[in-house]
Amino acid sequence: MKDWMGKIRTLSLFSFLVIILSACGKDNLTALVPKGYGAEQSFNVIIISILVMIVVFVVVMAIYVYVILKFRQRKGQEDQIPKQTEGNKTLEVVWTVIPILLLIIIAVPTIASTYDLADESQKEDSINVNVTGLQFWWNFEYANEEIQTSQELYIPVNERIYLNMMSSDVIHSFWVPSISGKMDVSPENENTMYIEAYEEGVYWGKCTEFCGDSHSLMDFKIVVVSQEEYDQWIDGMQNTDPEYTAETATAQEGQELFENSCISCHAIDASANHPVVGPNLADFSNRTKVSGISDFSKEEIVRWIVDPAEVKPGNGMLDAPYLQENSIGQEEAEKIADFLMELKATDEPVDSVQQFRENEANDN
Amino acid sequence: MVATNKKGFGAALWDYLTTVDHKKIAIMYLIAGGFFFIIGGLEALAIRWQLVKPMNDFVSAGFYNELITMHGTTMIFLAAMPLIFAFMNAVVPLQIGARDVAFPFLNSLGFWLFLFGGIMLNVGWFTGGAADAGWTAYAPLSTTSLGEGVDYYVLGLQISGAGTLMGGINFLVTIVNMRAPGMTYMRMPLFTWTAFVASALILFAFPALTVGLFLMMFDRLFGSGFFDPAMGGNAVIWQHLFWIFGHPEVYILALPAFGIFSEIISTFAKKRLFGYTAMVFATVLIGFLGFMVWAHHMFTVGMGPAANSIFAVATMAIAVPTGIKIFNWLFTLWGGSIQINTPMLWALGFIPTFTLGGMTGVMVAAASADFQYHDTYFVVAHFHYVIVGGVVFALFAATHYWWPKMFGTVLDDKLGKITFWLFFTGFHLTFFIQHFLGLMGMPRRYWVYLEGQNLDLGNLISTIGAFLMGVGTIVLLINIIKTSVKNEKVSGDPWDARTLEWAIPSPPPFYNFKQLPLVRGLDPLWIEKTEGRKGMTPAEPLNDIHMPNNSFLPFVISLGLFIAGFGFIYQKHDLSWLIVLFIGMGITLGAMLVRSVKDDIGYHIHKEDLKKEAEE
Repeated sequence: MKDWMGKIRTLSLFSFLVIILSACGKDNLTALVPKGYGAEQSFNVIIISILVMIVVFVVVMAIYVYVILKFRQRKGQEDQIPKQTEGNKTLEVVWTVIPILLLIIIAVPTIASTYDLADESQKEDSINVNVTGLQFWWNFEYANEEIQTSQELYIPVNERIYLNMMSSDVIHSFWVPSISGKMDVSPENENTMYIEAYEEGVYWGKCTEFCGDSHSLMDFKIVVVSQEEYDQWIDGMQNTDPEYTAETATAQEGQELFENSCISCHAIDASANHPVVGPNLADFSNRTKVSGISDFSKEEIVRWIVDPAEVKPGNGMLDAPYLQENSIGQEEAEKIADFLMELKATDEPVDSVQQFRENEANDN
Repeated sequence: MVATNKKGFGAALWDYLTTVDHKKIAIMYLIAGGFFFIIGGLEALAIRWQLVKPMNDFVSAGFYNELITMHGTTMIFLAAMPLIFAFMNAVVPLQIGARDVAFPFLNSLGFWLFLFGGIMLNVGWFTGGAADAGWTAYAPLSTTSLGEGVDYYVLGLQISGAGTLMGGINFLVTIVNMRAPGMTYMRMPLFTWTAFVASALILFAFPALTVGLFLMMFDRLFGSGFFDPAMGGNAVIWQHLFWIFGHPEVYILALPAFGIFSEIISTFAKKRLFGYTAMVFATVLIGFLGFMVWAHHMFTVGMGPAANSIFAVATMAIAVPTGIKIFNWLFTLWGGSIQINTPMLWALGFIPTFTLGGMTGVMVAAASADFQYHDTYFVVAHFHYVIVGGVVFALFAATHYWWPKMFGTVLDDKLGKITFWLFFTGFHLTFFIQHFLGLMGMPRRYWVYLEGQNLDLGNLISTIGAFLMGVGTIVLLINIIKTSVKNEKVSGDPWDARTLEWAIPSPPPFYNFKQLPLVRGLDPLWIEKTEGRKGMTPAEPLNDIHMPNNSFLPFVISLGLFIAGFGFIYQKHDLSWLIVLFIGMGITLGAMLVRSVKDDIGYHIHKEDLKKEAEE
């Protein structure tokens, strides 16, 4: 019996350790290792409330265990009738007042940080990005720089960025756990939040408001770069050429196919004048992922073009005429992929993106 | 009058189709609610199986969305609520020493509306797809969802919601008007108190849902634009309407659960409830605050810091009366003589589980922290701790506790304990880890999660736990079958309990109390027993008892609305379906007319017959 109890204890201790060790998750996705201002603010409140709650739980469990061990009916006591106590005013006041005090400890920092995270006083002097959520991708328009891009939001490190967010269909929610808490993206009111990242790198973003078939695949990234890299990137994006001509022969064939089938929805230059129909493909060669979720490789691009329904069920591309007409097969898609992989804003590869692709390759 | 045993199957069925007896209605609620609980459970297992490994392809994205939508809707509206109603029907009139509910006909109507509404919701599965916009059906996803799934949701909930509203009103009137002599408000058992407050919440909360569902029905079926921004509507209004109903709904479920545990803890600790007065006030306060906090479901909607802060603090305030309850239960146990059988085991399992759920409730209430939790598995974990750890545990406990009163037999204690340990272990395995999954970046309602995001292990553990809960439930079903086959009758008071329902035989005669009992304090039966009496002292001489007649009309009225529902849905494709709509409404209105013009004054059981029966 004793031995058995010991085993249980070791086992539960071990499983608890496993949980703790794995509890932090993937470091560019988890909210438990904050790498940005909003995430840090939320994390502080999380920690305060967990500490208070642990105290409460320990007290409750101590009484609970004591009571069950001490007052459990034993053999031969079946007919015993305990004293019928009515209550105890003092005790009841104690367990009313103490929780109120504990709640105040949580409420004060909660309110302070809630107001802090809604602060818009620096909006005018900061980078402003207009975010549009669509089924099932994200469009980012840099308001002052007059460029737009999709799926990947480039921001400079240690700089406050204001996001002005609206949806063009159903409600979505913008969440990059390592950088900041989430904010809904609604079709009628513009919601504003700001983000600030502490470290360069690529951070994983998720849609958290249930938005249809591919809700679980509506991923995006925040690419945090140095100020210098950011300026370079903006400059490159502003100079992406709508009249670009592909270099290799297959890419040129791909470009022709692209111009016949894809251009009505997808722009290849980053000018902000394009209506938001499909993702803007400028600087495509620097994408961390294909369609936000698949590894960046020619193979995955081809898979996406040939059968987008398999990759993201219910997405808007399924209405594209080429799919009804079956006009693009494996071979054509490969040529288009060659063309897309040539699209870039600058010749310098972005450090964070390179690093991210390497890490992803190692992880899988 | 144990005529049911002698009757054929047809006659017994007819008896149940027409009954207005609250105890039979309770059994029907138990069977129907149990059936939907199993359906909802199977949906849950399908969800967990899909998430057993990353990028699984067990179900398609569209089907998965139907599964999560129907799992939530089924569990809340078709399992938890009806099962709570089952025990309210079985127990409340008995606990207050009444012969019936105030409106027996309405009680039956409420049940049939719920059942037909529930069937309507599930018909969607067979006609091209169930609802797929989440159980909360947020606009514009719900208003633009293709197919008829969401239409079935809207009409099914509308019909069954009407039934719930009637049930709530009925219990309010019953508890106010039908208490036995001496049963003052402050002598009512806590389960009756919680049923009372829950009914009051139903009275105020369900109309909000009704209004919301009407607006959504107009948007979807008749092209209005209440929730369509392009037409000048407002999508977020749906969220307000939904949660003004939806948050109190949590307490409509949880308060009766607290009541159930209060009864069980006090019975098996052999002590009166510690701090009864405080418990009553805490119940009322929780009910009241439940209405003040709906917008905490909407911290990320963009309401601004002022609204977020107010709703955050109001929400945290609920922890105070809930905490009072937890400590009062602990101090009821303190100094008691605790007998640990199956119902008590559920109650003891409930205390730490619900404490955890309440604690994460306070954490989620902290608006700026909720920006991280919202719509993730953290929230999924939190509300399952509250609703499963509170409500479902209570339903399991109540099933074991009141089974002898409802059926006259006791469920097997060994099997009951096996059910408990399987379900309890499975539950914590499933949901504890989900707190971490949420913070590690797993949003809720995700059909798949990507590989290499460190979410695999947690999801695997979670799925294993879910299946353990499934096995636990199967053991309960085996237990029920075994007990029914053995059919060993027990006395009216097998637990040596304290409240009035145990003062009469099990199962009770159809008129409940031959003579209304005289209530002289809290735990009236206990008082009589400690003074050496076997049962209650009657408060009146033996007299004729007035009883209502059975009626088939509630079934017909509900059937009419069920038929009309199809007319409403399909007229959007083809106007000839309007005929079905009119036929259905005709049946309902016709049956209502019959009810209005036909005198039905019931009948009397004569005291001579009662005497004769007593002598037999």
